[in-house]
Amino acid sequence: MRRTGPLVVAFIMGFAMIFQYFIPHPLSQKFYEIMVQQWLIIISIFLYLFGLRSFTLYHYHKVRRKKEGWYFSLIALLAALITVIIGFGTRRGPLFDKIYDYILAPLQATMFSLLAFFIASAAYRAFRARNLEATLLLVTATIVMLGRVPFGAFMWHKLPDVVEWILKYPNMAAQRGILIGVGLGMIATSMKIILGIERSYLGGE
Amino acid sequence: MLLYLLFVSPPVNVHAYDTPDDAGGSITVEWSPPPGVEVKFYEVYRSCEGGPYEFIGKFIGSLHSYVDKGLEDGKKYTYRIRLIDVNGDTSEFSMPSSPAVPSPQWFKKGKLNLFIAVVLYFGFLIFFVQSAKTGKRLFIRRIAGLDALDEAVGRATEMGRPILYVPGLGTMGDVATIASVNILKPVAKKAAEYETPIIVPNRDPIVMTVAQQVVKEAYLEAGRPDAYREDNVFYLTDSQFAYAAGVDGIMMRERPATNLFMGMFYAESLILAETGNMTGAIQIAGTDAVAQLPFFIAACDYTIIGEELYAASAYLSQDPKLVGSLKAQDLGKAILMFLLLLGSILSLCNIPLILNFFRTL
Repeated sequence: MRRTGPLVVAFIMGFAMIFQYFIPHPLSQKFYEIMVQQWLIIISIFLYLFGLRSFTLYHYHKVRRKKEGWYFSLIALLAALITVIIGFGTRRGPLFDKIYDYILAPLQATMFSLLAFFIASAAYRAFRARNLEATLLLVTATIVMLGRVPFGAFMWHKLPDVVEWILKYPNMAAQRGILIGVGLGMIATSMKIILGIERSYLGGE
Repeated sequence: MLLYLLFVSPPVNVHAYDTPDDAGGSITVEWSPPPGVEVKFYEVYRSCEGGPYEFIGKFIGSLHSYVDKGLEDGKKYTYRIRLIDVNGDTSEFSMPSSPAVPSPQWFKKGKLNLFIAVVLYFGFLIFFVQSAKTGKRLFIRRIAGLDALDEAVGRATEMGRPILYVPGLGTMGDVATIASVNILKPVAKKAAEYETPIIVPNRDPIVMTVAQQVVKEAYLEAGRPDAYREDNVFYLTDSQFAYAAGVDGIMMRERPATNLFMGMFYAESLILAETGNMTGAIQIAGTDAVAQLPFFIAACDYTIIGEELYAASAYLSQDPKLVGSLKAQDLGKAILMFLLLLGSILSLCNIPLILNFFRTL
């Protein structure tokens, strides 16, 4: 019963959602609104409590056991606590917004900006001409990079057109090939779950 | 002749009908401009159940149709239209349209092609799963990234370091995340057998709950329920870059020997993979996010590309029913390739038959 229940729910809801997609009637839309949007929000809210519990226990244990980097966990716990207190205390007032604008947003931007350096180091490794594929990648990437900057057009006025052709045809053809496979794979995986063939997500075979 | 010059002709062919494939409450009105008149604006008027006409809107002269929404289902509506030409002269009203009654539909006819495709694909799936159940041996090509999973777990065991499993930023609503959870099971089971810790940081509390259950079951199946640590499958944060920073921190402090990135990834993919690369860990990534694939290919040892991620469960378990479903995928791809080729040839010959079939309204 522990596994049959979820399988029955997946079967009924899976087929209901497939049919719902093809039915424009208001009843069908209402079904989607209640069963997907409202239920999902309700379930998510409850599970966020589990998330909060997990977050607190994970960092608490790290601090208590003085594991490596325990002070980061202490900062995480304190930051969460202070944000919650300010959020509830000021009813999401200006101070709460300042936490977001002047602490969280700059920290996120800092992480994002690291990407520039990581792209350089990854590109260096990827572009080393070790074999035919890597050489092709190096040549194509050099052409595309040059064609995307004004200097490329200055070197040869048709270079941007060559880049456009590379992106529009060979690149798009490869991407679409992957996307078609992904689309079919998604449908197959969904159907396997609906039919109960795929059960790994329940923890069982 | 003089009268014709003095009066501007009204719009012609005013036609109103229930908007197809909708949830009701809407009527589509179409009209044509009178010949020889340069139209600046159209004014549309509506009458409900034979009542007085009321003004509902003024539209630019290039527009020849309008979808009137917010109507009551089951009531009769008629429309008449007049125009204002470029000289600012207003025409008489057009002949009223024939009455139209809005009603909701029970099937989107414009999606019929998609419905047929889904039913056919469903049929293939059932057929191949049934034929696989009879014991017929089906061939699956080698997927290097999945073959390397055993090696990756073994390496972590030899080095006495943990395995880091990152299920991505998706939710359980993303099929890629479900595929990731399907891969987590055999990896966790192998890790339990080898007594190697597996760390699973999560961004979504629902994914975390499912991952905890899956890892716990895997340890149970491996006969090591005592080795399961709930603390190792935990919720980190739901913020994208805070998650990346958290996972990077784990990589730098815990120094896992194996990093597995499976699921849905966005801009943080390279931040994670490059940090892992710097720590010297063996890295296997799998995602269907086409934009992130080049980053993983550049920074990881093995990359499971697109559909291979969905095939992982069948590949790892070798369950005949799951393997059968892969054959249905292959047949689907073969049919699509054939139709793409046929559609291209027919389109070149100016026969848009296949193109029209695939066009959803």
